[in-house]
Amino acid sequence: MKKSFVATLILAGTLGVALSAHADPRARFIAANCSYCHGPDGKSRGAIPSLAGMEAGYFVEQMKAFRDGSRPATVMKKHASGYTDAEFETMAKYFASIK
Amino acid sequence: MTLNRRDFLKTSAGAVGLAATAGLAGCATAQTGSAGPKVVVVGAGFGGATFSRYIKMWAPNTQVTVIEPNAKFTSCPFSNTVLAGINKMDDIAMPYDYLKKVVDNFVPDTVTAIDTTKQTVTTAGGHTFAYDKLVLAGGIELLFDKVQGYDAEAQKTVKHAWKASPDQTGVLRQQLEAMPDGGTFVMSVPMSPYRCPPGPYERACMVASYFKQAKPKSKIIILDGNPDVASKKGLFVAAWKKHFGYGTDNSMIDYRPNNMPRAVDAKNMKVSTEFDDVKGDVINVVPPMRAAAVCGMAGVRDGNNGNWCTIDYRTFESKVVKNVHILGDSALTNFPKSGSVANNTGKMCAYAMSEAFAGRSVDPAPVVTNTCYSGTGMGTAFHVATVFRWNEEKQSMIPPKDANGVSAEESELEMAYMESWAKNVWADTLGLPESYAFTAKG
Repeated sequence: MKKSFVATLILAGTLGVALSAHADPRARFIAANCSYCHGPDGKSRGAIPSLAGMEAGYFVEQMKAFRDGSRPATVMKKHASGYTDAEFETMAKYFASIK
Repeated sequence: MTLNRRDFLKTSAGAVGLAATAGLAGCATAQTGSAGPKVVVVGAGFGGATFSRYIKMWAPNTQVTVIEPNAKFTSCPFSNTVLAGINKMDDIAMPYDYLKKVVDNFVPDTVTAIDTTKQTVTTAGGHTFAYDKLVLAGGIELLFDKVQGYDAEAQKTVKHAWKASPDQTGVLRQQLEAMPDGGTFVMSVPMSPYRCPPGPYERACMVASYFKQAKPKSKIIILDGNPDVASKKGLFVAAWKKHFGYGTDNSMIDYRPNNMPRAVDAKNMKVSTEFDDVKGDVINVVPPMRAAAVCGMAGVRDGNNGNWCTIDYRTFESKVVKNVHILGDSALTNFPKSGSVANNTGKMCAYAMSEAFAGRSVDPAPVVTNTCYSGTGMGTAFHVATVFRWNEEKQSMIPPKDANGVSAEESELEMAYMESWAKNVWADTLGLPESYAFTAKG
């Protein structure tokens, strides 16, 4: 009940972006899946790009391009092939919200 | 509200203790006592440390006790670079200071007993900790008695270096440095499933890269218990051919499948398989292994002939003992026993547990990933990457189409990514700040 309430708020856009992304447990978990390569909260300590603060539309576009092969990749085609479009959006919103 | 509670806990986490949170009854959820639920975590490696950090982020009122005997974290991933001479032991060791700041109790001790009925954990130091949830992240237990002659005396000379430490990886490096040019390094690969499937083959590359530069007449004999190269076969064989003459009369690497070491003779520096006695100047035998000793104490080694622990993928709870969760290498899953998986399954477990603590149902269809790089020691690396998703029909976690695969070929770019991966996974596991100065290099 609480979860769907939060989800409704996100859809309605009545909460600030940062708060909504961080408050949704599945969103923060799916985003945390990325952090062992891209750094905690998407802030990378090396050659792998940071995801923190990345513009959401760009993030989703790149994931789709990795999946269909139009953007060449090392590991990312496999990762992009494991998630749904809705999950791309969820991750994108989460990382866009991080300063 | 979450932020307020977290801030409050931070300020109250000292001597006053968490009982003070009782005053926030309207704020907290699903509490078992005056404060939040008690979680005891055994082991602060990739699985246990990550879990501890994330459960404190996602369910801040949880009282987390971490029991870990080592004074600092030493990374097994990247430890083969020490054998190559690329890094020193200090470069792959990091402090627990930042983890200590976020958990409620960090106990430098060894667990000696677990009572899953009373739900208590007892340590060598004589302390007993009660738990609502127990998280076992103890890695592996090495079974020296499965290799004849591999006793305490032999272990002074023959190193496994499969738990990275100065006494293991550090000493093996010294042995390789002391070996004369033209010497033979004998190393072994345990039977699957074992910690870090590509690790032994990467080790062969790393040691070969050192020999190539420092003692080019030397040889490496790989005694593999498995019928074939157990991980990233095409990439490793290509690297051995490209850099170390594999497949020619002059190969530095002599790979022998179906050659399980049955006996070690440290005095005569000899390893025996069913077929052969193999002599070496430096011997490195990784014995058979099973889930960590603490898993035996809790009675959760139920899988694979009593060696590993079966778990529910949604919660990482043991299938045989309630309220005991198993992370990382000890668990029997479809995932490889890698640092990345231990780190990420730590988050899966923290996610499921935080949902349960909040009174919500756990995610019925979790997703988790593995990315594992191996270096050649020659400035290049390659990967295997996989996404695992819950499959209701198969009641298991399996990769969707195209979500599993390896590099097309080794590359310098992937070496840069491997180094970056190490720093990021160490930071994510231990909570290292952005200002942390890493010294390891790829």
